Amino acid sequence: MMYGFEWDTATPLTYAWSILPIILIGLTVTLQAAAAGFAIALGLGLVFAMLRRSRIRTVSWTTAVVVEFLRDTPLLVQLFFLYYVLPDYGVTLPAFLTGAIALGLQYSAYTSEVYRGGIDAVPRGQWEAATALNLSRMQTYRDIVVPQIVPRILPAMGNYLVAMIKETPVLSVVTVLEMMALANMIGERTFEYLVPLTLVGVIFLILTLICSAGLHRLQKVLPKAGIPLR
Amino acid sequence: MEWVSYLPSLARGALVTASITLAAIAVGAVLAFAAGIARVEGGRVLSTVALCYTEIFRGTSLLVQLFWFYYALPLVGVSFEPVETGILVLALHVGAYGSEIVRGALSSVSVQQHEAARALNFGRMQTLFRISLPQAIVEMMPAFGNLAIETLKLSSLVSLISIADLTFRAQSIRNLTLDSAGVYSLTLVGYFAMSLVLMALMRLIERALRRGPAFPRAAHS
Amino acid sequence: MTQAVKPPLIQFTNVAKRFGALTVLDDFNFEVAPGEKVTLIGPSGSGKSTVLRILMTLEPFQEGQLSLAGMSYHEPNGTGPFKASERHLRQIRSHVGMVFQSFNLFPHMTVLRNVVEAPARVLGLPRGEAECRAIDLLAMVGLADKKDHYPSQLSGGQQQRVAIARALAMRPRVLLFDEPTSALDPQLVGEVLSVIRGLAHEHDLTMLLVTHEMRFAREVSDRVCFFDKGRICEQGAPEAIFTAPEHPRTREFLASVLR
Ligand SMILES: Nc1ncnc2c1ncn2[C@@H]1O[C@H](COP(=O)(O)OP(=O)(O)OP(=O)(O)O)[C@@H](O)[C@H]1O
Ligand SMILES: [Mg+2]
Repeated sequence: MMYGFEWDTATPLTYAWSILPIILIGLTVTLQAAAAGFAIALGLGLVFAMLRRSRIRTVSWTTAVVVEFLRDTPLLVQLFFLYYVLPDYGVTLPAFLTGAIALGLQYSAYTSEVYRGGIDAVPRGQWEAATALNLSRMQTYRDIVVPQIVPRILPAMGNYLVAMIKETPVLSVVTVLEMMALANMIGERTFEYLVPLTLVGVIFLILTLICSAGLHRLQKVLPKAGIPLR
Repeated sequence: MEWVSYLPSLARGALVTASITLAAIAVGAVLAFAAGIARVEGGRVLSTVALCYTEIFRGTSLLVQLFWFYYALPLVGVSFEPVETGILVLALHVGAYGSEIVRGALSSVSVQQHEAARALNFGRMQTLFRISLPQAIVEMMPAFGNLAIETLKLSSLVSLISIADLTFRAQSIRNLTLDSAGVYSLTLVGYFAMSLVLMALMRLIERALRRGPAFPRAAHS
Repeated sequence: MTQAVKPPLIQFTNVAKRFGALTVLDDFNFEVAPGEKVTLIGPSGSGKSTVLRILMTLEPFQEGQLSLAGMSYHEPNGTGPFKASERHLRQIRSHVGMVFQSFNLFPHMTVLRNVVEAPARVLGLPRGEAECRAIDLLAMVGLADKKDHYPSQLSGGQQQRVAIARALAMRPRVLLFDEPTSALDPQLVGEVLSVIRGLAHEHDLTMLLVTHEMRFAREVSDRVCFFDKGRICEQGAPEAIFTAPEHPRTREFLASVLR
């Protein structure tokens, strides 16, 4: 029994049906973690992208190294680092938050590249026009650059969101009770892993297919929203 | 210096990580070409099989796959050594994502090249292996480079099925010494260094493929 | 006239070709005798390339008959868009070669391998023999010294001459040229035309040439066909077509290109 739901291992089908509510509770955690992680990745990635373009060499160079480091090291180890090292320095966060930050950090390396590509595609004339209007650098980003790149970067960002959703099971290692952690716990108690793990796999598959279909539609709709994609 | 004493153990772990990664990339590349070619040239049955394979392995989570092969499959009588499981699951992952790279590169070979091949009466397989693939492989290299790095990073997950790779060793040392900052910093640097080596390796391969005037465009990643 | 005695090598009978709703060829009839050199001229979009591409089996056609050397393109119970098996299509292709507007050399092969590859792989010729043949052909087009270069190291004119050698290496009975000089800088046109001019003296080679080089067409062809809207509007000996065109559309077209 878990979360008040009893399982019924009589047949694989009844078993799957009886644990579905538990797994769905895990799904909400999975989605929340991905949402929080993605919000961090979107914000931090933009910051990285802007720092990369800084006119101060040291700043842009350091950012490049940090981004490269984040991108080339495993999420799992970054997660362990945050989970075990932060408390040593007096920062104690709930596991869920640590997990979301780890996801966000790792993916900010990816999103910063997407932003960079998008920003590079903004015509030179736009920057010059902003200068001519005497906008500050912050204002230029906020009012001119970001609105223009949003439709261009949405598809790539969407792909990273889907990828992040699929990586949330890693958070189970720091006791975040997302779908796969629950499936494993059920497996441990019933000595029957096949059904719960397959169920989780199927739910991921459905989630991915829905997201891909949504992204596909988005790409069809976007060009009509005013800004040319190329 | 405390952390110097971790080095031998971590180095042994890094060796396991490197071996598993390279094995997975090698096996995965074979799968990627098989599935990618099946998608483009396979006829209805083969291309559907390849499509199902890629969708399933791209659409579900790698860690779920790993546990599925490690915990669930043995219960129905199919079991592998943990290392085999790790390599197999990573290879299936590389194969699924790699097949998209292969498919994309193959379909980017121009219609004109196909028409020239047809005008010279090349058969389908001859066109594939003599004309399309040699041109497509060069295009695939940057994407395969990224996939290789991805595989190295994801290989850390095999520590969760008790394979003594770099991450696993780091966990053991930290449980012993409680020196989290030292151990994990060292581990991250280890992965970073391996990534750089892998990147250099992939770039070398790309350079070799591009050598000569056949593909004069500059290499870029 | 020998033409009356010999059966035609190529025969289009009531061929219809459509791209979706667009009909490009409609009730198209056209014959070519063995060894004949025919030039197709006409305004853009009139279907000249389509005729060559159908002959090369790059495009299927929907209705009518087409035969080459007595072989019908459609098989009695053939399936797919081409209404024929791959085997049958390859049989047909073994008699036809094509030179493209954009050369389409294989960029990953040297000049020599571009010419050797098909005879060696498709005809199963021993490498040595295929290379001898290739070197002869490259010498014929004046590029023997470039055999180890890659296509990207050659000028357009040189690439097109290699492409001609490559097509000839398969010993086709019919050689198709689709605007072979249109992609070239003006000063490179001459070298390609002189190679084609040389081929025009080959007694056994049947040539179909689409070109906008009217003077050249007049010089090398036995017959000129003027295409308009998917039909042959007027055809005949080059002198007749160029000096005394009968159809107003032909006159109009010639006036516009000769200026
Ligand atoms: N793949 C295709 N799909 C749809 N329409 C096509 C296709 N290829 C050719 N067409 C159409 O068929 C018609 C005839 O084309 P074709 O290429 O044979 O003309 P052409 O006489 O060679 O003209 P040009 O001198 O411009 O090469 C044109 O209207 C063209 O738009
Ligand atoms: Mg044409």
